[in-house]
Amino acid sequence: MQFGIFSVGDVTPDPTDGSTPTEHERIKAILRIALKAEEVGLDVFATGEHHNPPFVPSSPTTMLGWIAAHTERLVLSTATTLITTNDPVKIAEDFAMLQHVADGRTDVMLGRGNTGPVYPWFGKDIRQGIPLAIENYALLHQLWREDVVDWQGRFRTPLQSFTSTPRPLDGVPPFVWHGSIRSPEIAEQAAYYGDGFFANNIFWPKDHFKRLIGLYRQRYAHYGHGTAEQAIVGLGGQAFMRKNSQDAVREFRPYFDNAPVYGHGPTMEEFTAETPLTVGSPQQVIERTLSFREAFGDYQRQLFLMDHAGLPLKTVLEQLDLLGEEVVPVLRREFAARRPAGVPEAPTHEDLRARKREDEAARVGAGVGEPGENAEESA
Amino acid sequence: MSTAPVKLAVVSAGLSEPSSTRLLADRLAAAASRGLETAGREPQVQHVELRDLATEIAQNFVTGFAGEELKQALDDVAQAEGLIAVTPVFSASYSGLFKSFFDVMENTALTGKPVLIGATGGTPRHSLVLDHALRPLFSYLRAVVVPTAVYAATDDWGSADDGLTPSLPGRIECAGAELARLTRACGPAVAVAEPEAGAEDEEAVGEQAPHLKVVAQAPSGDPYEDVVPFAQQLAALRPEE
Repeated sequence: MQFGIFSVGDVTPDPTDGSTPTEHERIKAILRIALKAEEVGLDVFATGEHHNPPFVPSSPTTMLGWIAAHTERLVLSTATTLITTNDPVKIAEDFAMLQHVADGRTDVMLGRGNTGPVYPWFGKDIRQGIPLAIENYALLHQLWREDVVDWQGRFRTPLQSFTSTPRPLDGVPPFVWHGSIRSPEIAEQAAYYGDGFFANNIFWPKDHFKRLIGLYRQRYAHYGHGTAEQAIVGLGGQAFMRKNSQDAVREFRPYFDNAPVYGHGPTMEEFTAETPLTVGSPQQVIERTLSFREAFGDYQRQLFLMDHAGLPLKTVLEQLDLLGEEVVPVLRREFAARRPAGVPEAPTHEDLRARKREDEAARVGAGVGEPGENAEESA
Repeated sequence: MSTAPVKLAVVSAGLSEPSSTRLLADRLAAAASRGLETAGREPQVQHVELRDLATEIAQNFVTGFAGEELKQALDDVAQAEGLIAVTPVFSASYSGLFKSFFDVMENTALTGKPVLIGATGGTPRHSLVLDHALRPLFSYLRAVVVPTAVYAATDDWGSADDGLTPSLPGRIECAGAELARLTRACGPAVAVAEPEAGAEDEEAVGEQAPHLKVVAQAPSGDPYEDVVPFAQQLAALRPEE
């Protein structure tokens, strides 16, 4: 199982002293946080993509390329890359390039984006959000798998004899996660392609996400990619920890009370009872995270939101120390002990490359040309 | 004839205790119940007192999800076959709390549902609030608003029938009978539409338009139960020859 962090990339005043980082300070802080993720033994760093203040990460692959150069093991991902307003051709190029730069340590999470004005800024219409996600991904999928593409669709100019460069590393496209907070259509899309499905699982009660993930698992099996239990699920979560849970509650409360998303609404106690937010000791975070498995089944990737609500960089780095030293080692052990045989890990580039070679060998061995027809299921 | 009870939800936005708004809501519910009973149907009345939900309604705006009691109330209204909605008049319109409850409701929950509207105020001079504020709100939500709406000014509670215009009890009886008749005619609520993707814009939550999907509709109206197969979603986008 993979553990990591995802950053929204907001520039938010620290409510305890009123200070606001500059864009430059925040961008540098995000990069520092990503390096810290590798230092403390996490597996994944994912950045959001936004095109409006107070958010800074408008150009994720630029940031991820820098992080790739300064890390060795960390998988670089997004949360999310806008499949609606970005040109799928540019996504194909940017992430194939990142794959080469990072020696395969990259995947991508696609999402629609829910900020209305961003769509017209990029010449699109939010009311076409689902059709844009479906058509653009169909093209992206094709661009990464076919060297020369002839294509015609509804939302961009046609392509004749187009080759997206560079070609994916080792001929293996980056693994794709589809993130959604409320659209069964996107769960269906992820299942159809056999891609991963990520439910951000923060801010809302879990019953909502149980329906979405349940649908994805059922349809994943329907499309023959494996059993429902073998579907590739990722979850978000958020936590604030101190060794003593009362210290965590006291320190985090002003950040909670003024947080851009939920501040000035329910009390922290009400919100932590109803949503996955955990404010307390590392042990409480461990127990809460293990409860996700009870609700959603065995899953492959857990991302935590740690740098938000105006928390200073120093505090976020301390949080990552606790996450890496006290929480994740226990979670790795406990999740592994509970995981039945046959439930796969989240696929890495090496896994996908090996699977591709097996598929090719099986095809040659069977002497048939139909892709995948005799491919053995890799456990 | 069906013998299942007919569910009526009664939403009341009165703030004082006791409240004349609740009093009007109770009397409208009783009149509608009598109308159903006369037709041989058993009414099942569910009250939703918005004062008790005020905090959860405000929190729903902030968090995007309904707390437990609010969720129950929203479900009760969505599942009712008829709705009675009564508000006090505040600043020449429905109260903010009343509007807020319908703002956090799924914007398709009232589609095709008979709704009896009522309002209370200190003076009869605000009675057109029913036709200038409440009726357009429920028309927008695609509800079937019964023709007779009932406004009760303070004076109405002590006025006798003058023989020229119907008294408050007469208007209540008339409106209740209309709701009973429409509820029997319309039958149980069925989901018929879901909002388009644009309605997901959190920042535009107050401006959601209930655009109706015209293609690929799940038969049950539940997109989780009857998922539209991906090939069908994809095919719908293919350029026309």
